[in-house]
This record gives sequence, C-alpha cells and structure tokens, in this order.
Amino acid sequence: MSNVQKNTASGGQTRQRMLTFHILRYNPKDPDSKPHMQSYQLEEAEGMTLFLALSEIREHQDPTLQYDFVCRAGICGSCSMLINGRPGLACRTLTKDMGADITLAPLPVFELIGDLSVNTGKWMRGMSERLETWVHTKEEEVNLSKAETRMDPELAEKIYELDRCVECGSCVAACGTAQMRKDFVGAVGMNKMARFKLDPRDERTDEDFYELVGDDSGVFGCMSLLGCHDVCPKELPLQTQIAFLRRKMVTIGS
Amino acid sequence: MSNETLIIQTGLSERPRKSRLPARLDFLQSASGLFLALFMWGHMFFVASILLGKDSMWMITKFFEGYYVFGGKAYPWLVSIVVAVVAAVFVLHAMLAVRKFPINYSQFKLYRAHAKSMQHGDTTMWMWQVYTGFAMFFLASAHLYQMMVWPQDIGPFGSGGRMWVDGLWPFYLVLLLLVEFHGGIGLYRLAVKWCWPNCSREFLKKLKWAITAFFLILGFATLAAYMKVGYDYQENYKNGEHYTPTWAQQAREGAK
Repeated sequence: MSNVQKNTASGGQTRQRMLTFHILRYNPKDPDSKPHMQSYQLEEAEGMTLFLALSEIREHQDPTLQYDFVCRAGICGSCSMLINGRPGLACRTLTKDMGADITLAPLPVFELIGDLSVNTGKWMRGMSERLETWVHTKEEEVNLSKAETRMDPELAEKIYELDRCVECGSCVAACGTAQMRKDFVGAVGMNKMARFKLDPRDERTDEDFYELVGDDSGVFGCMSLLGCHDVCPKELPLQTQIAFLRRKMVTIGS
Repeated sequence: MSNETLIIQTGLSERPRKSRLPARLDFLQSASGLFLALFMWGHMFFVASILLGKDSMWMITKFFEGYYVFGGKAYPWLVSIVVAVVAAVFVLHAMLAVRKFPINYSQFKLYRAHAKSMQHGDTTMWMWQVYTGFAMFFLASAHLYQMMVWPQDIGPFGSGGRMWVDGLWPFYLVLLLLVEFHGGIGLYRLAVKWCWPNCSREFLKKLKWAITAFFLILGFATLAAYMKVGYDYQENYKNGEHYTPTWAQQAREGAK
C-alpha cells in the first residue's frame, strides 16, 4: 500500500507530501570542497521517481548538483546510487514507496566524479579487460559471410538472461568484500564468467576461466553475503551463478 | 635457496599457470567448518546426557574412554586423541577463515559502515561471524586445552565441579553463545555458498534460527544441570572423587 499522505484541501485540490532529500555533496576537483550533506525540499508529484525529483532539484533549486542518467527507464544503469544506504537505480525508484526523508549518496568503490556521479564505466572496463569478457574463438575460423551456427533457443534464453546485466554497479556497491578489497571482481564479473561459460561459441575451457577468476580477487574472494543478489535492479540470479562458478572452479583446483 | 623459493620471491610463481591453492583453501575452509559444526552438534547431545541423569552422562564418558571396548577398562587418553584431532581442525579452520577478516582498521571501518548502511541481514551476520570467531580463538582454545590435558576430569562430578566449584559457568555460557551463533551462521553460509537444494534463503534462514534456538535451549538446560550437580556434589569434587554409577553403588552396598 502506498504511504503517500494526500490531504484534500477545502478547495478539492490534492496536496502532495513535502519530501526532504538529504544529498551527499562533494566535488573532488575542488580543493575547498568537503563531503557534507545538503538538504532540499520538494513537493511530491504523482508517479515521481528519484530521477525526476533530482531533475526538479537541479532545474529549480541547485544547478550545481551532479548525478548521472541516460535512459530514464532502468536500461542503461547510469543512475545507480545509494538510496537510503542501499544501492538502487534512481529512475526505477518511486518516491511513493519511500518515507518523506530520503538520503542519497554516491556508490562506494567507484571513482567519484562529483556528488552522486561516479565513474562506473572506468571500473567496468577494467573488469572486462581483466576477465576478457568477450567470446573467444580461433581467429582463422571466423568467416563473416557464413551463417552462424544455430543455437538451441533454450540455451540462447539462458545466455540472454545473464546478458541482461546493465553494469550499473549496484552489486559491487552492495558487496562487503568489494568494500574491503578493491581488486575484487564483484558479482558483475562472476556473472559474466558464468555467461561466457554457457556460450558454446566461446572456446575457453574451465581451466581458462580458472586463470581469470580462480583466486581471492575472483570467485574465492566471495563470502556469499549476497547483497549483490538482493539489490540487483535486473533481478539477475546472482546467487545461483556465483555458486555454479565456485563449484566449477573448485573442481578445477582439486 | 631453492629455485622454487626464488620464483615465489620474484612474484612469478603464478606464471604461466595460476595456483590451484586458492580453490583448495576455499574448499578446506568450508569442509573444516562443516566438520566442526557437525562435531558441535554431536558434542551438544553427548554433554546433554546429564539431563537424563548422572548415570547416562557417566556412560557416555566411559564410552569415549573405550570402557565398553576394552572390557571395563577406561583410557581417558583416547579422549585426548579425539580432542587433539578437533583442535587441529579448529586451528586449520581459524587459519583459513582469518584470510577473510578485515586486515586493518580502515577495512574494518569500511565494512562496519557498509553493514550499518545496508541494513542487510546476511551482511550484518557476517560481522557477527567475525566477532564470534575472533572470541573463539581464545575461549575455544582454552577449553580444548583443558579437555586434552585433563580428560580424566570429564564426568558428572568433574564437569559439574568445574562449573560450580571452579566457577567456570560464565566461561561456558559465553562459549555456548559463541559456538551456537558462529556455527549456525556458518552452516547457513555453507548452504548458500554451495547452493544447497533450490537455495530458498528465506527457508534456510528460518531453519538456521530454529536450529540455533534448539541448541541454545538445550545448552542452557545442560549448563544448569551441570551447575546443579556441581552444587550438590561439591564436597565429592573437592575430595577428587569420581562418580560411581548407581548400579555399581548398589552392587557395592549389596556386597557389604
């Protein structure tokens, strides 16, 4: 049930809640800037998301406020931030599901650009290069004029399911291990490994995958706290994928 | 200096093939934890035999001393061997688990803030696993040492006297809480980590708390029973007497 308190004024108009946003502000490029909380008040609107609220604040109250967005529909993963302490997408979070006091902060682990904006792209690129998250085939066999080998629809569906990851960084920010060990690949990396392991076009063996994630910065660093699984905005089956990868990699090591 | 040492020293030991050790260490951490948790379940049932009476506890004690195998002769050093094996697994598990601990204050501070802000059960529970594990480095070690060196003192009078006369009941009360919370969370984590049947975490969590509650209640009752025996027979303990089972007492009296 919605917790919006709508008060009908005598004129028949509906008065929305007044929301207070407590936003962590900091500009790392400004030597005088110190991390501090700044509050903004905003009247709630029907169907308001956190992204809309932030746009309102930037438009009408504070043009210096920094935050990321592209698609506004939970597809690009750019607007991930700490919402009341937990990672989530601003564009997918409705204010009606929250209390009147909302705290927003940038995702930890990633390089801070300013205020709520972080450089997830840089981190994701590093992870992708390190784990070689692309289909590995023998170069000489690639023939672009030849039709691709057919894939069983069920398998294609399984791969697609894991490919839905938008690299928003929520899983990394929700991970206890990633807070302590900056070289940890996170659930996003392990999910990618599981995805390429499923793909019959990828000729890498389990031994090859072990070379990439068979250590404490990979799957053996994971403590199965599953914050990743619980906050993933795409609801990816991370718990199952990590356990699957762990079992496979332990078999290689035995 | 061996060639191997030199290769390790130069940081080239993982080339061209990554070490298989992390896989083995991860598996061993889980396996040693599982062994200790299952041992503690058995241990709790054995010590809880006091709830059925002093004779029952005496029989369990004598069973582990080989009384029923060696035709009525008891060898407490057999218990020492079992304790030594458990202690070895305990040390191994501690060594493997400590790899996951925060290694400096900065990591600890980050994790604590993360857990506080996330309000996420599994994340918070891990902190408790670290705290209880850390405390057990000391408390469980003390208990294991005592059992290994003085196994002959395990018995209704000896164990009861230790609680009451020697005043060790607060030590065992704390150890009970540590073991049950650490073991319960650990078993839950194992199920999730290796993904046991269908992995419904809601169900696993309920099961975990039910098991913890059961063993805590059994543990409190057992502790109280030992304290009562210790109180009732404090003179016997002080005189260094060992418990004689009822039937042996009756047979002795009949002989008179």
